[in-house]
Amino acid sequence: MKDQHIKLPQGSIEKTTTTLNLGPTHPATHGVMQNILELDGERVVSTEQTIGYIHRAFEKLAERRPLYQITTLTDRLNYCSSPINNMGWHLTCEKLLGVQTPKRVDYLRVIIMELARISDHLICNSIVGVDAGAYTGFLYVMQYRELIYEIYEEVCGARLTTNMGRIGGFERNFSNTAFEKIEKFLKEYPEVLKEFEDLFIRNRIFMDRTQGTGGISAERALNYGFTGPNLRAAGVDYDLRVHQPYSSYEDFQFNIPVGNTGDNYDRWLVRQREMWESLSIIEQAYRKVQDFKGKDAEVYHADAPAYYLPEKADVYTKMEALIYHFKIVMGETEIPKGEVYQAVEGGNGELGFYLISDGGRTPYRLHFRRPCFVYYQAYEELIKGSMLSDAIMTMSSLNLIAGELDA
Amino acid sequence: MTLTNEYIQAQLQEKFGEQVGSFETPYGMLTFEAPKDINLKVLNFLYDEPTLQFRFLTDLTAVHYPDQPGRELAVVYHLHNLSANVRIRFKVFTNIQTPDVYTATGLFAAANWMERETYDFFGVNFVGHPNLKRILNVDEMDYFPLRKEYPLEDQTRIDKDDAMFGRG
Repeated sequence: MKDQHIKLPQGSIEKTTTTLNLGPTHPATHGVMQNILELDGERVVSTEQTIGYIHRAFEKLAERRPLYQITTLTDRLNYCSSPINNMGWHLTCEKLLGVQTPKRVDYLRVIIMELARISDHLICNSIVGVDAGAYTGFLYVMQYRELIYEIYEEVCGARLTTNMGRIGGFERNFSNTAFEKIEKFLKEYPEVLKEFEDLFIRNRIFMDRTQGTGGISAERALNYGFTGPNLRAAGVDYDLRVHQPYSSYEDFQFNIPVGNTGDNYDRWLVRQREMWESLSIIEQAYRKVQDFKGKDAEVYHADAPAYYLPEKADVYTKMEALIYHFKIVMGETEIPKGEVYQAVEGGNGELGFYLISDGGRTPYRLHFRRPCFVYYQAYEELIKGSMLSDAIMTMSSLNLIAGELDA
Repeated sequence: MTLTNEYIQAQLQEKFGEQVGSFETPYGMLTFEAPKDINLKVLNFLYDEPTLQFRFLTDLTAVHYPDQPGRELAVVYHLHNLSANVRIRFKVFTNIQTPDVYTATGLFAAANWMERETYDFFGVNFVGHPNLKRILNVDEMDYFPLRKEYPLEDQTRIDKDDAMFGRG
């Protein structure tokens, strides 16, 4: 071997497996995350996940910010359904501060959160399709995600990182255009969703690709801390909207779809079914909102002057409003001492906020329980021994969002 | 029988006596603490006891209290009994010089990355963890950033010449 010019790493000739770097910037990872796979032919022998590529130290940043400035940080967790994160954060603050929101605010929040859930599931399910080679469904449903984003825009002015709502309610009442767009969505979307579903649900190729791959038992899923659709696909009917209702979810009638095998197909089906349920919840909430008449139909925030910004006109004319305005904007509102855990059913599972306040103006400690950070560690177990192409499908069907993974 | 906070507290006190303490229920969630050398015993008891069955680890993190000598770091477990739908919060305090706490990975697979994250940010050394290394930060980092002695950058500093960001 004296005249060999290429220097191979030691042991590389004897090695019978191939090392493959999947990510960090690979189109199939749909986010910045790395997987170092050991392959025997096309079979996955082992894998090691590396995360943290877009870690932005939100928990540290939050320790210097007044409560209302932390909303923008939550946007950037699961950015496919930022309004759910925003509302989850507001609910946490309201729990700590003891703010009671009016029913109309709760229902408006439910509409927005369910729209966000639909847009989240829509992305996930259509991307599973893309990874199986079916691009049509993805392109077809995107125009309805666009409509959802238009509704966000009408409500808060932003589309992706929404920073929507305030502690106690919304920054302004929903405009007529917003309601018209919601109506349009309710009218047109079911047909589209049905057609999208028909493209996949009994499609032989899609079934063969997804059934029996990436499966997990209910027991293992619980041990791994799975939540959301991924847990329900394994057959556990745990949904925070039912088990610990927040934002008046107890006023709505809906089912929790559950799967059986916890494989990619079941996860896809559970998400699909959940979109139908979300649609029904939006419809109910929309009707409830329409039932408010007269002065009640103008309510869009709680009566919490110490935490909710006053009307601008009042700021110029009323001393009290001016004081509150100044204190809120400058972040000089003292928050009560306390320790709160509040969780909401996010797009991909239980999104929890653990907030400790020592009575100062900023949180003493804030921890995000990010669902996909918790369940991504099961990825190795899910794909061990499966084909490389199934490993990619499994990754997309877990609904991993890099922003949430890394916080 | 519904699982109440009082019942859980009574069960814990019966089993561990004086060792468990500081029972509180902030915003309805039972919170208590135990010495760090029996954290696994408490977790195991909560896991196995037929009437308690706290088998879901929702969250694991730490908090740094620099003003409490000998009890600077608190490791906080959020546990959930899914069938009775009850949550509890369990805290273990440790000093910052030898922050050794037994790992919960034997009980909960979910604890693996949660403990790595806690190690990464607070330097809690989880004894017996199969793969205790940094997870979100770079491996070369030689400090634990979420500890309180590391402040965020002072927004009013003027020694930086950085016209692009409105300074200097």
